[in-house]
Amino acid sequence: MDNNDPSIVIDPKRSGYDPSRALTEPPIVRALLIGTALSFLGLFLLVPLLQVFVAALAKGVRFYIDSIGEPNALAAIRLTLLAAFFSVVLNTLFGLASAWAIAKFEFPGKNLLITLIDLPFTVSPVVSGLIYVLLFGLQGLMGPWLRDHDLQVIFAVPGIVLATTFVTFPFVSRELIPLMQEQGPEEEEAGMVLGANGWQIFWRVTLPNIKWGLLYGVILCNARAMGEFGAVSVVSGHIRGQTNTLPLHVEILYNEYNFTAAFAAASILAFLAILTLVAKTLVGDRVGREKRVLPSVLESEAV
Amino acid sequence: MSIEVRGLSKNFNGFQAVKETSLKLETGSLTALLGPSGSGKSTLLRMIAGLETPDTGMIHLTGREATHVSAKERNVGFVFQHYALFKHMTVFENIAFGLRVRKRTPQEIETRVHELLKLIQLEGYQERFPNQLSGGQRQRVAVARALAPRPTVLLLDEPFGALDAKVREELREWILKLHEETNVTTLFVTHDQNEALEVAGRILIMNHGVIEQDGTPMEIFDKPATHFIAQFVGETNFIDTEVSEKGLAVWGPFRFSANPALPVKQRIRIYFRPNDVYVTGEFETLQVKAKIAKTRFKGTIIEFKLDIGGDKHISAQMPKGVALASGFKEGDEVYAAITAFHVFPL
Repeated sequence: MDNNDPSIVIDPKRSGYDPSRALTEPPIVRALLIGTALSFLGLFLLVPLLQVFVAALAKGVRFYIDSIGEPNALAAIRLTLLAAFFSVVLNTLFGLASAWAIAKFEFPGKNLLITLIDLPFTVSPVVSGLIYVLLFGLQGLMGPWLRDHDLQVIFAVPGIVLATTFVTFPFVSRELIPLMQEQGPEEEEAGMVLGANGWQIFWRVTLPNIKWGLLYGVILCNARAMGEFGAVSVVSGHIRGQTNTLPLHVEILYNEYNFTAAFAAASILAFLAILTLVAKTLVGDRVGREKRVLPSVLESEAV
Repeated sequence: MSIEVRGLSKNFNGFQAVKETSLKLETGSLTALLGPSGSGKSTLLRMIAGLETPDTGMIHLTGREATHVSAKERNVGFVFQHYALFKHMTVFENIAFGLRVRKRTPQEIETRVHELLKLIQLEGYQERFPNQLSGGQRQRVAVARALAPRPTVLLLDEPFGALDAKVREELREWILKLHEETNVTTLFVTHDQNEALEVAGRILIMNHGVIEQDGTPMEIFDKPATHFIAQFVGETNFIDTEVSEKGLAVWGPFRFSANPALPVKQRIRIYFRPNDVYVTGEFETLQVKAKIAKTRFKGTIIEFKLDIGGDKHISAQMPKGVALASGFKEGDEVYAAITAFHVFPL
């Protein structure tokens, strides 16, 4: 839609009217607004973030490296990565399946499913953790059965993976559902009529169309999985070197008044957060483009 | 017989989109399925393609029962209104898709795609992406993609619906030429009667899920089978009156012959086209007096609103040249006769 109507072109020099300034406030108001926003950002985000790194290096680089290289810290990093890996894989699979089902098909209970996907966002993480204790703990619903088969879920790695997965459940599907709904089923239908089977349609048509949105969801899911504290804290049991994730490790060190080591571990999380932010910005840009190349379906009547 | 459909029905949550519909298309024919929005034409087309499952009825494609064959096995070409091109693939890859999933050799694919690029006059565009093409070019690529695996039938769902008037004109010409060259059995859905009348050798008119008439463009235009078709295709006047005596109806000063089988007092609606109203300045024969209440310029034709007395009006059309030569203007006294009309009982 280009706007070439010459009658609405305004010459700023002749009319003294500059359209770019039409919606601009006086300089004093602008300075006040921008100043407030920036100082708020600095006070509540930037200063604390810098403080993490300053405190982490308070006793020198040597101490910093030692606190991170210490076996319990390494075990915590490993467990955090493991839990994040499993929750990302599981939630990617679930996210793809649920978004596919919701965007491309009509079925009874669809609205219920959409609502339920958001449940982990609305439930307090501590409650999420408790749910698993009640289900899989020794006094829990499945406790006796698990004990008889010599399986441990609570106070062990499986519990941590489960709790992390539950908390990060909505990220991928929330990202994909609107994207896939917007794209509609037409390309898949075209693929089917052209003779492609389900797998071919998924790999050649659907996935390339949603890959940036999917990656965006995965990044968010991963960030949340690594930083999760509440739910994991309930199911972990805090066994050092075994069931401590990085956030739990930070808490233990902090409670032992080992502040510098606590901040050293925290700095890894902070660093991961910054990395996520950068990745998110880069990928978010591509998601925007993914949406923009859609044909404008609204410009004519759909029969 | 390329496509044969018998007693096809489809219900969407209580809405009967298609009702007990049957049709037969000869191999190599070019047919339009014309109807207003919501008449069920797209649903019928999608059922033939296998994109919707019919509730009842049968579909035969090239003599083979295909009702329960999946869309991927039917070997039909389908063109969507909004192109549905794979936007992350180049033009070449889009056209090659149907061949790649059929595991054709690279040489075969190369040859076939270039053949089609030539057919759609887009040679040199093979490395472009869909968003680098105009609407008309995209739709041509969509047609080429559908034709690539050599389908037995080509189905087009409002293929020009998303394009502007000028491009539509061009693509109509193009699709006619394409059909002459490829001779693939083609069925296209449209709500644009001009498109159907110009392009198709045969038109099926659909309304409320039922095919109401099946005929050549001229038959559809001159012998509408139902009320709906009489007012849907082309411009028309309609008047409501009743049979005044056996075989005769009167409306204002006009007298119409009616089917003698219709009982006296039967309510009827009479349709007649504005260009079937014969207007002259001098009385010739069997005409009634009228006054030109309004003239309207419509490009190649001029339309007159005629006041025939008693607060009754009809519209008449004539080619611009004829109208100018006769010098008719608003307020003139003229004589009018209705030369062709259709009577339907109400």
